[in-house]
Amino acid sequence: MKKTSTSVLPAGGALGDEPLLAVDDLHVEFVTRQGVVKAVNGVSYSLNPGETLAVLGESGSGKSVTAQAIMGILDMPPARIPRGEVRFRGTDLLRLPEDARSQVRGQRVAMIFQDALSALNPVFTVGSQIGEMFRVHRGASRRDAEKKAVELMDRVRIPGARQRVHDYPHQFSGGMRQRIMIAMSIALDPEVLIADEPTTALDVTVQAQIMELLAELQRESNMGLILITHDLGVVADVADKIAVMYGGRIVENALVHDIYRAPAHPYTKGLLDSIPRVDQKGQELYAIKGMPPNLLAMPSGCAFHPRCPYRQDNCVTEAPPLYEIGPTRSSACHYWREVLDGSHG
Amino acid sequence: MAATGEPILEVRDLVKHFPLNQGIIMKKQIGAIKAVDGVSFDLRRGETLGIVGESGCGKSTLAKLLMALERPTSGSVKINGREIAQARGGELKRVRRNIQMVMQDPYTSLNPRMTVGDIIGEPYEIHQEVAPKGDRRRKVQELLEVVGLNPDHINRYPHQFSGGQRQRIGIARGLALQPEIIVCDEPVSALDVSIQAQVINLLERLQNEFDLAYIFIAHDLSVVRHISDRVGVMYLGKMVELGKDTEIYDRPAHPYTQALLSAVPVPDPDGRERRERIILQGDPPSPANPPSGCRFRTRCWKAQEICAEQEPLLQIRPGTAHASACHFAETHDVVHV
Repeated sequence: MKKTSTSVLPAGGALGDEPLLAVDDLHVEFVTRQGVVKAVNGVSYSLNPGETLAVLGESGSGKSVTAQAIMGILDMPPARIPRGEVRFRGTDLLRLPEDARSQVRGQRVAMIFQDALSALNPVFTVGSQIGEMFRVHRGASRRDAEKKAVELMDRVRIPGARQRVHDYPHQFSGGMRQRIMIAMSIALDPEVLIADEPTTALDVTVQAQIMELLAELQRESNMGLILITHDLGVVADVADKIAVMYGGRIVENALVHDIYRAPAHPYTKGLLDSIPRVDQKGQELYAIKGMPPNLLAMPSGCAFHPRCPYRQDNCVTEAPPLYEIGPTRSSACHYWREVLDGSHG
Repeated sequence: MAATGEPILEVRDLVKHFPLNQGIIMKKQIGAIKAVDGVSFDLRRGETLGIVGESGCGKSTLAKLLMALERPTSGSVKINGREIAQARGGELKRVRRNIQMVMQDPYTSLNPRMTVGDIIGEPYEIHQEVAPKGDRRRKVQELLEVVGLNPDHINRYPHQFSGGQRQRIGIARGLALQPEIIVCDEPVSALDVSIQAQVINLLERLQNEFDLAYIFIAHDLSVVRHISDRVGVMYLGKMVELGKDTEIYDRPAHPYTQALLSAVPVPDPDGRERRERIILQGDPPSPANPPSGCRFRTRCWKAQEICAEQEPLLQIRPGTAHASACHFAETHDVVHV
């Protein structure tokens, strides 16, 4: 597909040292009546073409807000971004004027949402919603847009695309709706695809279909994929590298094999230990005690310290930096050595 | 968790069809959604029966039938030998005391205008013989303590609690009448990962303490494996396989169970390239118009002519030690969850 729009951004091609997408020290706050909620506190990660980055975290960890900041779909206000950069091919998206931004959004960086039923408009046919991408961004005619929509529905393997292009979202099953969302997101051949919990609402057999489809599309076009999820199983299946988020920060960064073999942050370790395993049948599961932090009243020092089995006195007062613990690894824990050794503090 | 003795819950040929009507004045039935279509099983004291299956397979309708929240089209549900499916009035009230439910979503299943004390104590309003009025507050505080909440929080409202704590409130309400059976419909799926293990541990502890029997409905297969003594697999209103947890997970005999297990992502990236995975094509057919014969045959890689003509019954088949409903049942090693 040819890009007809004149873009202020560098065209595709070789990247040099700069990653395809780099989030650098991003801060996002929400101004609420109860005070300022710091949802994202200095998040950095990067993505290269063809790579899959999994962002792992619970509700409230800031993983979706980070993605929305990358896409530029945060409502501002109440949100504001006091600091940080989101560089796409070296250009900081946060400093771009809105018209340049909207050329990136959907064309170069696209997103899939968790709940396909509420993300699709119930009163338009799926064909017109997929085709809208071509009409708005490429100035295609209705007829051409519909032809493209059928092609895309074929590409995401929706059976009978030619007939179903005139159907409405409610006429499709959950898995098929998510395929339609994927069709919309890949319509303009984006270089980065952000998938926010794309399979959480789906059954396991359908989840397997969707994950396989995403992997295939990624192979075909060498997209960078950011997969936001809380499912450690899905991450182990598809990710190249992982960023674990907790309380608005990245607490561990690692390649996928390293993190499952030996986590370097107590939170990651706790999550992995609490997966029910076959040999633990009949025993009590390991459970991380306490509950996720309240963003309005974050604990002092390290946000995880009230729940942490490795806690020492300085954890309460001193927020740990993201320690570089290897060429591809970092951990935001003062006692990452002890965690890595597996000894309980 | 030794499950012994007589079954306390007996389900036989349970059927629930929801009629599909056409016309406003001259209503005419044009078909039926066959949500549950001939399900039978037993549950013993202190035992956990896990029910797994995809959305639309009828597992939540099954839960409602067990609770007598829906009336079955046919079939029977007996609790301690007493029929609940046909029971009415006072009789129904008495049987129901023995079977309680923990709901999926702790955000919508608790009334936001009632205090925790009122929510947990409400069963005592209906069954006044369990706790005399003066005794209720103390009983509710005991229950709060049992589920690991602060008894002083009895006058708080649901919104003052986190998701995990709310699920504990729901569990306390389920325990209030000291039932023998608790139906848990997806009790942890709405909770954060780090909270799920806490709630599962609580459910297991309560089971040991009060000798409870659980029907544990969930789609997370690793959680079901952890908590269940026996597991039933449902597909389009039918039980397609039923057996001990080890039989179902280590030696599944029905192709659907095999596909379901192989689709579960394994939380270990080592060897992921070599992992064998059965990816089913398409979606489950509509329960209003299920395929003839075996309902799974439209997505099954083993299907032959007999599958369309003859419905396979849930029975023990050659080469397997547990019941499965497939003409070509054979054990198959799948990836472990």
